[in-house]
Amino acid sequence: MTDLSTTYLGLKLKNPLVASASPLSKKLDKAKQLEEAGISAVVMYSLFEEQIIHESLELDHYLTRSSDTGAEAMSYFPESGTYSLGPDKYLEMVSSLKKTLSIPVIGSLNGVSRGGWTRYARRIQDAGADALELNLYYMATDPNLKSEDLENAQVELVSEVSSAIQIPLAVKLSPYITSLSNFAHRLVDAGAKGLVLFNRFYQPDFDLDELEIVHSLDLSTSAELRLPLRWVSILSGRTQADLAITSGVHTAADVLKGMMAGAKVTMMASALLQNGPKIVAPMLDQIQAWMKEREYESIQQMQGSMSQQAVAEPAAFERANYMKVLDSFRNLP
Amino acid sequence: MKRPVITIDGNEATASVAHRLSEVIAIYPITPSSAMGEFSDEWSAKGKKNLWGTVPAVIEMQSEGGAAGAVHGALQTGALTTTFTASQGLLLMIPNMYKIAGELTSTVFHVAARAIAAHALSIYGDHQDVMACRQTGWAMLSSGSVQEAHDFAAISQMATLKSRVPFLHFFDGFRTSHEVTKIFQLTDDDLRALIDEDLVRAHRARALSPEHPVLRGTAQNPDVYFQMRETVNPYYAATPALTQEAMDKFAQVTGRQYHLFDYVGHPQAERVVVIMGSGGETAEETVNFLVAKGEKVGAIRVRMYRPFPVEQFLKALPASVKSVAVLDRTKEPGATGEPLYLDVVDALVEGGRGNVKVIGGRYGLSSKEFTPAMVKATLDELSKPQPKKHFTVGIVDDVAHTSLDVDASFSIEYEETVRCLFFGLGSDGTVGANKNSIKIIGEETDNYAQGYFYYDSKKSGTVTMSHLRFGPKPIRAPYLIEMNQASFVACHQFTFLERVDMLKYAKPGGTFLLNSLYGPEEIWDNLPLEVQKDIVEKKLKFYVINGYEVAEKTGMGGRMNTIMQTAFFAISGVLPREQAIAEIKHAIEKTYGKRGEAVVKMNFDAVDATVSNLYEVKPGKITATKSRRLPVPAEAPEFVRNVLGQIIDADGDNIPVSAFPVDGTFPTATTQWEKRNLALEIPVWEADLCIQCGKCVMVCPHAVIRHKVYDKAALASAPETFKSMDSKFKEFPGMAYTVQVAPEDCTGCTLCVEVCPAKDKTQVGRKALNMAPQPPLRESEAKNWDFFMEIPDLDRKLVNPSTIKNSQLLRPLFEFSGACAGCGETPYVKLVTQLFGDRAVVANATGCSSIYGGNLPTTPWSVDSKGRGPAWSNSLFEDNAEFGLGMRLTIDKQHDYACELLAGFEKELGDDLVSAILKADQSTEAGIEEQRERVATLKAKLANSQDSRARDLVSVADALVKKSVWIMGGDGWAYDIGYGGLDHVLASGRNVNILVLDTEVYSNTGGQASKSTPRAAVAKFAMGGKGLPKKDLGLIAMSYGYVYVARVAMGANDQQTLRAFLEAEAYDGPSLIIAYSHCIAHGYDMAKGLEQQKLAVQSGHWPMYRYDPRLAEKGQNPLLIESKEPSIPVSQYAYNETRYRMLTQMDEARAEKLMAEAQHDAKARWTLYQQMAAMHYNGSENKEN
Repeated sequence: MTDLSTTYLGLKLKNPLVASASPLSKKLDKAKQLEEAGISAVVMYSLFEEQIIHESLELDHYLTRSSDTGAEAMSYFPESGTYSLGPDKYLEMVSSLKKTLSIPVIGSLNGVSRGGWTRYARRIQDAGADALELNLYYMATDPNLKSEDLENAQVELVSEVSSAIQIPLAVKLSPYITSLSNFAHRLVDAGAKGLVLFNRFYQPDFDLDELEIVHSLDLSTSAELRLPLRWVSILSGRTQADLAITSGVHTAADVLKGMMAGAKVTMMASALLQNGPKIVAPMLDQIQAWMKEREYESIQQMQGSMSQQAVAEPAAFERANYMKVLDSFRNLP
Repeated sequence: MKRPVITIDGNEATASVAHRLSEVIAIYPITPSSAMGEFSDEWSAKGKKNLWGTVPAVIEMQSEGGAAGAVHGALQTGALTTTFTASQGLLLMIPNMYKIAGELTSTVFHVAARAIAAHALSIYGDHQDVMACRQTGWAMLSSGSVQEAHDFAAISQMATLKSRVPFLHFFDGFRTSHEVTKIFQLTDDDLRALIDEDLVRAHRARALSPEHPVLRGTAQNPDVYFQMRETVNPYYAATPALTQEAMDKFAQVTGRQYHLFDYVGHPQAERVVVIMGSGGETAEETVNFLVAKGEKVGAIRVRMYRPFPVEQFLKALPASVKSVAVLDRTKEPGATGEPLYLDVVDALVEGGRGNVKVIGGRYGLSSKEFTPAMVKATLDELSKPQPKKHFTVGIVDDVAHTSLDVDASFSIEYEETVRCLFFGLGSDGTVGANKNSIKIIGEETDNYAQGYFYYDSKKSGTVTMSHLRFGPKPIRAPYLIEMNQASFVACHQFTFLERVDMLKYAKPGGTFLLNSLYGPEEIWDNLPLEVQKDIVEKKLKFYVINGYEVAEKTGMGGRMNTIMQTAFFAISGVLPREQAIAEIKHAIEKTYGKRGEAVVKMNFDAVDATVSNLYEVKPGKITATKSRRLPVPAEAPEFVRNVLGQIIDADGDNIPVSAFPVDGTFPTATTQWEKRNLALEIPVWEADLCIQCGKCVMVCPHAVIRHKVYDKAALASAPETFKSMDSKFKEFPGMAYTVQVAPEDCTGCTLCVEVCPAKDKTQVGRKALNMAPQPPLRESEAKNWDFFMEIPDLDRKLVNPSTIKNSQLLRPLFEFSGACAGCGETPYVKLVTQLFGDRAVVANATGCSSIYGGNLPTTPWSVDSKGRGPAWSNSLFEDNAEFGLGMRLTIDKQHDYACELLAGFEKELGDDLVSAILKADQSTEAGIEEQRERVATLKAKLANSQDSRARDLVSVADALVKKSVWIMGGDGWAYDIGYGGLDHVLASGRNVNILVLDTEVYSNTGGQASKSTPRAAVAKFAMGGKGLPKKDLGLIAMSYGYVYVARVAMGANDQQTLRAFLEAEAYDGPSLIIAYSHCIAHGYDMAKGLEQQKLAVQSGHWPMYRYDPRLAEKGQNPLLIESKEPSIPVSQYAYNETRYRMLTQMDEARAEKLMAEAQHDAKARWTLYQQMAAMHYNGSENKEN
C-alpha cells in the first residue's frame, strides 16, 4: 500500500487532498460528506470582516431608517431578540465542524481593520480551529499606495496575527506580487508557517447590452494549475513554510503534479462544487494506482521532486514560453 | 418593597399587563393601538409567558370584525381573551360586543381611544369611538395617564372576572398611548396577588364543552326575549361596587388608590369640572393650582363611565357645589348634550341635586390640545351669570359661537421642570434618540420624565417634534410644550430654519442648539432675520454643531440621533458630562448591541466626535436680510393662502370654524403650493444623450420630472438656463422637446436616473439624467419649472397613449404627494391619472394611498388645464370596493336616466344631436371629447328651459360622458379586510377598475403581515417568517371567467403595465390590476426598486400576465403569461431585502426551509399558469355550431 499521508502546518494528514475555502464548509452535512469521501482537511469559508461590518450596518440601517418616522408606522419590522450576526455564526460553525469532523479544520480570515484581524484570529483559534489561513485579499487601486508600503503593512499584519495565536498560520497569496519570492520569505519570517498559492479573484465582466458591470462566478479549470505549479516549484526548498496549491486542482494528475512541484497539500474547491465529494475517492484511487504502477512508496517521496531546485533545467521555470519555443527551434538538427 | 421603575408609553404599559393576563389575543392593527398587539406578538414569539406559565396565543385577523369574532369564540370556549383596538376598529367590534355582554362573559378590550371618520378620518385621540360603545352593555373604565393605563389594565381584569360584565378599558390615543413616562411596574407577584384564581377557573367552567354541552346564542321570540334581556340587571347593579372592591384591593397591594370617581380640589368647592381621560390630569393639576390661589374649585375625574354609578358620583361631588361643567371629548350632533353631560344631568336630577347648574362642553377632539388655560376658561365660565349651556373649548368657533375665550398666557408649569423641544426629520433618528434620552433621565436620575412625539403626516421629509419634560416634581402635563415655555430648543435640520418658526417656543433666557451647515464664525450671518431677532430679544444661549460633518465622518449618514443627543446632554447639564456620555453609550449598547459591534462602534465614534465639534456662539447684531419663506407663495389661491397655508405653517390650531367647508370637501391640485424642498440632490437633464423614451417620467413617484413636446415658438420667452432639443417623436416632427424637473418638489429618490437607459458612449456612468446638488440649481430650475408648466400641454386627442413615451406626454393629475421618496405605489396611481384622470372617479381605501393622497394640508390629486381631474374620496378601509361600486351604480343609473330623458327632447335638441349622444363611440380620447361637446350643446340648449324634465336632464347630462371608476388601495384592504367586498364587486360584473397597490404588507400601519405577505418574509405577526404562501388574488379573480385580471410590475416591464391599464379600463366589466409596489417596509434601497421588481419577475415570485375575458369570447385562451420562465432562484431576489434576509440572521435553519418552500411555490405557480395558458378554448366555436 502506498503511503498517501502528508503533513501540512504541522498537521498530519492522511492524504494531500484538502478542501479549499468554499461554501461547502458552510454546511455541516456537506463538510461531513467531504470527510467521508476522503478529504484530509477542510479550510473553512472565509470570515470577511468587511462583510460582517456591512451586514451589521445594513441591518441597522434598514431597521432604524424607517423607525419613528411617522405617527402610524413607528417601525416596519418586528424587534427580534437576537440576530446571529458577525463572527458568532462563523465561530459557531468552527466549533460545530470540530465536533462533527475528525479531520483537521482550518479557519480562514479576511480582515479590514488592524484590531479586527487579530481579534477574529484569536476567536477562531478559541473556537477550536486547528490552524488559520489568512486571506490577504486586497485590491490596491489607490495610485498613492506604493507596493512597498502595502507589502510592509501585510508583513506586519502577519507578524501581529502570528504572535496573537498559538495555532499555525498560513497565508493565502495573490499572484500579483512583483517579487513574489522575496515577499514569501518576508511572510515566513513574520511567522507564516504555510503559503497558499493562489487566491483566485472573481473578475467582473461587462454586459454589452446594458453597458453594465456584471459579476459572475466562474469555476476554475485544470489549466489554471500552471501558475501555482510554477511558483510552488520555484519556492519549494527555498522556504521553511509548507506550500499549498489551490486553483486548478481537478484531477489525480493535478495532485501528483502539485506534489512533485513541492506542495504539501493540494486544495480543491471548483472541482468539488462542480461534481460533489464523489470525485474524491476515484482521485485517490487513481493517485494510488499511478504511484503503484511507478513504484512510488509515498507521497512524501515525490514532494518537491520536480521543484526548480530538483529539475535538470531550472531555467525552464524562469523563461518565458516564447523563449522556450525559440530554443527548441534552434536546437533542431 | 422598592418597586421597579420603568420608562415606557401607555401602549406598552397596557399590553404588558394584558399579555400576562391572557391566554388568547386576537387583534387587527389600527393606529394608535397597533403597538399593543405588536408587543404581545413580539413577546409571545420570544416565548414570554403569562401569569400561569404559558405563552399566550396571538393571532392577527383580517379585520377588527374578525378579531372580535375570534375573541368571542375564544371566550366561549373558556380562554382568558383580549384584544386591542381603536376608532373604526372598535366600531367593527360592536356587534360582537353586544353578544359578549349579553352572554355575561368576562373579558377586557383595551382601547387607545381615537376619533372616528366623519367629515374626515383622523388617527388622533378622543372619545368618539368608545362613546359609540356605551350602549353595548360593557363596563367602561377610563385611565388618564400611563401609570393608570398600566394599573387599570389589571383592575379591569379583576373586575370583569368578578362581575362577569365585560370591560372596555380605554385611554387617550396619541396622548396616553404614546406618551413615554416613568411609572412603577406591576410585577408578576403583584398580579398574582390581584387576580383571583377561583374566578379564572369559574370563567373556564362556563365554557362550551362537549363534555357538558349547552346551547348559547339562541333565537328568541316576542314571548321571552324581553324578559331575558332584563335578567342581567343585578349584575350591572353590582359591577360598580365590585370594581371599587378591585380598586381597593389594588391599593392594598400597590399603594395606589383609585375610586370610581376621584374628586380633587377645595373641600367646599362651588365650581367643579367633570372629565375623564388624560384631560383629567390637566384638570386636576389646574384645580390644585387654583385652589392654592384661594379659588373654591374642584374636579371630578371619571374612572368608571359604564355602568354609570350615580350613587358614587353624588358622593364624590361636594355638597357645596353650585355649578358643574361637564367636559366631553366627543361629539354627538343633534343630541341635547354629549353623553357624559347627559349622565351627569341625570345623576344630579335623580339624586335630588337638580339645583346644581350644569353646562356641557366639548374639548380635545382629534388630540386637540387641552391645556390648563382651557380648564381655567371652563371654570371661569361657571362664574359667569349666564354661562354658555353648551360650549366648546380649545378652538375658535365663530360660526355657532360655542367656544370659550382662553387666556393663552395662563400656565401652571413648574419652574423646576425642564422643558425641551427638538425639531427633527423622521428619518434622522431624532425621535428615537429622545426616547432614549427620556429613558436615561427617567431611569438613571431621580428626575421624573415625560416624552411625547409629534409627526406631520408626510411619509417623506416628515417633520417631527419631540417634547421632553423632566424635573424633581411629578409631571402631569398631558399636553405639548407651549409657546415661550421651552428652556431648550434644538433644530436638528438646518433647512427647517427657513420654514419653521421654532423659537416661538423658546423661553426667554433659554438655549437654542442648531445643527448647522456653517461653523461658529459664519453661522450668525446665515440665520434668517426672525431667528436672529428671537435669539437677541429672548437672550437665548446659542450653540451650533455641524452634525452633518460628524455624521459623515463617523459613518452615521443622515442620522443625527446620537450626535444631537450627545450635544443635548453636554449642554443641558442634566447629568454630569462624563456620566451622561457613559449613559448614552450604555443606551447605545442596549439598543444597537444585538445588531453587531460595528453599529455600536459607529455610534460611539459619533458620541466622541460630538463634544469637540460643539460651539457656543455669541449673538451678534441683527445683520440678516433674508426672512423665513412664506408657507405658500403669494400667488396661491385664497383658500390655499388663508387656510391650507396656515396649516402648513403649523398654525392650524388657530384657524376658526368659519374658515372650513361644512362637509369635508376640499379643492384639489394643492400640493403644487406646498414647496417642501427636500432633495439634497436632483436629477439634471443632459439633452445631448436623451432618447426621449419617457421612462423617467413614467417611474417618477412624485411627478416631478416631466417631458413635453411643444411649439418651438414657446422658447422665445424661455429663461436663460431652460434646456430644449428637437422633438424625436415621429408623430410630432419639427417641434421642441424638454425634460424638466421641479427642484423644490423632488425628493431626490433617483429612480429616474436608475431607469434612464441613455448612456454616454464615451463614459457610460454619465446618463441623460444625473444627480447633482440641488441648492445651486434651486432658484434657476424653479423658474424653468414654472416656465415649463406654462407651455401648453399637447391636445390629448393627438396623443396615442399606447406607447410609454407618448403616454407620458399626458399630464399627470397626481403630483408632489407626501409618499416616501422612491415610493413604488404612486407611479401606478399617477399613470391612472395620466390616462384617464380627466374622467376618473376614485374610491380610495384607507392606507398609505389615502394618507399621501388625502391627508391635509394639501392633496396631490390635481386638475388639467381645463379644470378637469380625478374626483377622489375615501370611505373606510373595509368597504372600498363597495364604495367604488356605488359610484359606478350612480354613474350608470344617471347615464341611463339621461338617455331615457333624452328620448323626449328630440324636438328641442334635434334628432341628430340626440342620436349622436346616444350612439356616441367613446372608446377614444377624440370620441370622449366630441361627446363632451355634444353634452355642452345639450346643456346650452336646455339652459333656460323651465320644464322640470329638461332641468333634470341638465343635472344628469354629465353622466353621458364616459366616466372611469377606479377603486384603489393596498393589499391589506384587497386581500384582507376588504376582500369580501372586493370579491362581491368583482362578481357583480360592473364596469369598475380595481387597482391593488401590492406591497405585500400593511405599510401604513407599520409592517404587519397581510395575506399577501409572501412565504419566508418577516413581518409583524410573522416574526419567524411567514410560513404559508401568498394568497393568489389574481387566480381567484380569474376563476370568475368574466373579470379582466392583470398582474404587473412596472420596473420589470413598463409596456405590459401600460397595456394592462389601457385594457382594464377599456373592458366593459370588472377589472383587477395587481401591481407590484416596492416599499420601504421591504427594507432595501428604494433607488433600486425597479431593479428589484425585475428580479421578482425573473425569479418567478411575481409572474406577470393579463387575463382578458374578451379573448375567451373569441375562442382564444384568455390568459397571456408575459414573464419568462423563472431564470434565477427566488433567494437571489429575496435576499436583497431585509424582510427576508433578517430571518437568516434570526433563524437560519427556518430561513432555509421557508426559502426552499418559497422556491417551490414559485415553481408550482409557474407550472399552474403555464397549464392554464395552454388550455384550449373553443367555446365560441361550439356556440357557432
